[in-house]
Amino acid sequence: MTIGTNERSGGLGRLARRPETGSFVGLIVAYVFFALLGGENFITAPGWSSWLNTAADVGTIALPIGLLMIAGELDVSVGSILPASSLTVAIISGRYGLPIYIGIAAGLGVGLAVGFFNGLLVTMTKIPSLIITIGTMFGVMGLTLGFTILIVGSTGVFIVPDPHTKLLLGDAIGGMFQVSIFWWLGFIVLFYYMLHISPWGNWVFALGGDRESARNAGIPTRKLTIQLYMLSGFASAFVGVTQVITFGSAQVAAGSAFIFNSIMCVVIGGVLLTGGAGSVIGIVFGTITFAIVNQGIFFSGLDPNFGSIIIGALLLTAVLSNDSFRAMALNYAAKKK
Amino acid sequence: MEMIRAFFSRPAAASILSLIGVIVFYVLFGGVDLINLAAAASWMNFAANLGIVAIPVGMLMIAGEMDISIGAMIPAGSITTAILSGYYGLPIEVGMLGALGLGVIVGLINGILTLRTTVPSLIITLGTLVGMQGIVLSAAILLTGNASIPVKAPEWAKSVFGQLLGNGHQIIIVWWIALTIALAFVLHMTRYGNWIFALGGDKVSARNAGIPTGRLTISLFILSATSASFVGMCQAILFNSAQVSGGMGYIFNAIASVVVGGVLLTGGFGSVMGIFAGTLTFAIVNQGIYFTHIDRNWSNLIIGITLLVAMAMNESFRKLALS
Amino acid sequence: MNHPILSLNQINKSFGPIDVLHDISLQVSAGEVLCLLGDNGAGKSTLIKILSGVHIPTSGQILMDGAPVAFQTPRDASNRGIATVHQFGGTFPLMSIGRSFFVGAEPTKGWAPFKVFDRTKANAIAVKAVQDFGITRIDDGDRLVGGLSGGERQSLAIARAVYFGARVLILDEPTAALGVKQAAHVLRIVNQAKKRGLAVIFITHQVTHAMAVGDHFAVLIRGAIAADFKKGEKTREEITDLMAGGQAMAELEAEIDHQSH
Repeated sequence: MTIGTNERSGGLGRLARRPETGSFVGLIVAYVFFALLGGENFITAPGWSSWLNTAADVGTIALPIGLLMIAGELDVSVGSILPASSLTVAIISGRYGLPIYIGIAAGLGVGLAVGFFNGLLVTMTKIPSLIITIGTMFGVMGLTLGFTILIVGSTGVFIVPDPHTKLLLGDAIGGMFQVSIFWWLGFIVLFYYMLHISPWGNWVFALGGDRESARNAGIPTRKLTIQLYMLSGFASAFVGVTQVITFGSAQVAAGSAFIFNSIMCVVIGGVLLTGGAGSVIGIVFGTITFAIVNQGIFFSGLDPNFGSIIIGALLLTAVLSNDSFRAMALNYAAKKK
Repeated sequence: MEMIRAFFSRPAAASILSLIGVIVFYVLFGGVDLINLAAAASWMNFAANLGIVAIPVGMLMIAGEMDISIGAMIPAGSITTAILSGYYGLPIEVGMLGALGLGVIVGLINGILTLRTTVPSLIITLGTLVGMQGIVLSAAILLTGNASIPVKAPEWAKSVFGQLLGNGHQIIIVWWIALTIALAFVLHMTRYGNWIFALGGDKVSARNAGIPTGRLTISLFILSATSASFVGMCQAILFNSAQVSGGMGYIFNAIASVVVGGVLLTGGFGSVMGIFAGTLTFAIVNQGIYFTHIDRNWSNLIIGITLLVAMAMNESFRKLALS
Repeated sequence: MNHPILSLNQINKSFGPIDVLHDISLQVSAGEVLCLLGDNGAGKSTLIKILSGVHIPTSGQILMDGAPVAFQTPRDASNRGIATVHQFGGTFPLMSIGRSFFVGAEPTKGWAPFKVFDRTKANAIAVKAVQDFGITRIDDGDRLVGGLSGGERQSLAIARAVYFGARVLILDEPTAALGVKQAAHVLRIVNQAKKRGLAVIFITHQVTHAMAVGDHFAVLIRGAIAADFKKGEKTREEITDLMAGGQAMAELEAEIDHQSH
């Protein structure tokens, strides 16, 4: 008796088995749901700009967080890197009046530095990345608070950016669509290339699949891990920069929501917590779905507090259905002849 | 020599050393008056509220699971107590049973979802965390129109759950000590405790050895959620009011206490003593800084450093224990 | 001649449309080692799971002491004296030897609800059981299992099985992850178990190890018994060829199949 190969690989069947399909279906369902509730406003510019703005911020952070998760690691320090970078920009260019590009460079530098530190600790010790990044989260929070109070004497700093910078980083087109949306789209293209087209991306999957095997295959796992953490540090810092330019102020307490929100976007988008599987398209779908629910609630006339309940339920439904889609994808195994 | 080796092999070793280290640091570099610090209530109150949540979270971690929904269960406990007994004027017993019952229900949900699906418990409890936050907020606003609800408990309830003793010490400290002793007994002296370690060490082998892993997992989730709502309930009784916010900070604080205490993130190793010492360490760093002349805004930095140093010690000591 | 303690009669196992085991018939008697040889993918793990009660056969009979039995759960199998020791010991590396030995069957002292795990007794029994099998290095039941070598952990697992009254010992690739010296250690313990009257089913793909302890051999290829012989009836080269031959045969069959479509 021999084992045959799958012959029912029709076009639709293959599409259904892609991991992103699940998150795309979720996106459509969420959109239709809130379109029905929110009516005219939701399906036109006010609605679209609202969730796109949200998606741009959390999405920029979700991309490298997703890559890290595919590689088998976590990063919760993003919540404290964001305000650290905002405050750096505000203090350097606002308080001390240095040119804005120096402030921005410093802010981004903070993100890169913390990312480097995270990556170093994760690769040099056997301590799990969740714990390391909890530690750096506390540490950066402390440093941020400490230095801000020391220099400025309060927990918030104001800055008035020049029009040119505001145009690039902080403006809203038509008063509604934040420029950060375009930066996010740019990052999507960049990350798509990195993860799915360049060989580097394959290394990320390998790392998440089995670190030892990856190293034995000659992949520079330590450098790769550090690069991934620097990417997430950079992304958090970037969002911190756009936020301070947009709002003209930086607060110590900002950013903590992004920790769990970015994880949710990534998980809804089909990335496996245990690593080794996921896609940029999936992460984007997950981000959009999250943003639609997060913002759509305001257009729907429902009590905004229901939004959290829906997000919680959405998260669980999304993960469960992703699991089923994945099981389907894996189970198209041999048939009896 | 053997005794020294035995000490360092215990999961609690690093946390005890961290606790001592932090106190010494504050005394030497912060000018702390130890007598003053010892008598102060602030850090003990902090430790007790955190500790009651941290020990079950730690036991779950030893069993190989995570529960972050505690961040929403604490306000859920206090809001439930306040809505039932404050807003609706029902007897305090109803409010308390409501709060604890809610903990049982959420724990059941967490446990069943973890068992029945392949979704990791971190994600499941992230979902219940977010969901419960919404439910608590909606319930408060829809039913009472307020995000802060007053509740006045009768004398007996206040004296058992919500009074201040001595120098401002909350009575929940007594509950914390009692829970610590009880759970230490269960985890380290009974066979159920051995089952928890087995579950976290190797789930399949544990099941094959005949351990009722499903029931065990669900019980642990119920314990965790109910302890959190218990803390919320006590807070409502003590402060005569409940807030919908607050509780998120407990998540990382509890994980940090547990991990400093020597519990292995991947499960199968740890001790209640360690979690106790880890909680104390965290509380001393966080609250003890007010007794020093160090600017309190640096406290988080000290926590971060302590966490990383304690973890490094834990790694080395565990390697020693396995040699 | 011994009556077989455990027999399999025409056992088949399918998962949905996939047939994994076909008409497996085996038997093993007390004091005898049956070596089950087969490469990866031959169906060994499914067979082990059927023997240990994890899976229920699709058809066929399992007999113990001549009478048919059915295992609904792994507990059923172990209650009847079938103990399975898995490749990585199935012991708990972060537990002490005493605790790991008694997982699921912890000795207690005191009265309910305050029944306390009897650490001293557990440690004493565990250490003695292991030393009885010839491992004298272990003398402290509080040491963590992770501190033992691979061979010692296997020995601990086997000693445990014997202590809890196993009559049939199923060893799943016990020497696969071990070096020569440690493998020799484990094989010595297998012989000891055999001498104590246990029936041993030794599953492996390493022919040399099998030949060192086996009384009786069966080669499993693609879910079926391809050969069945006693010790001395075949040489090592012949056995290795048999195992490899199965692979070549399958490739040939597949090629023919493919070409005729």
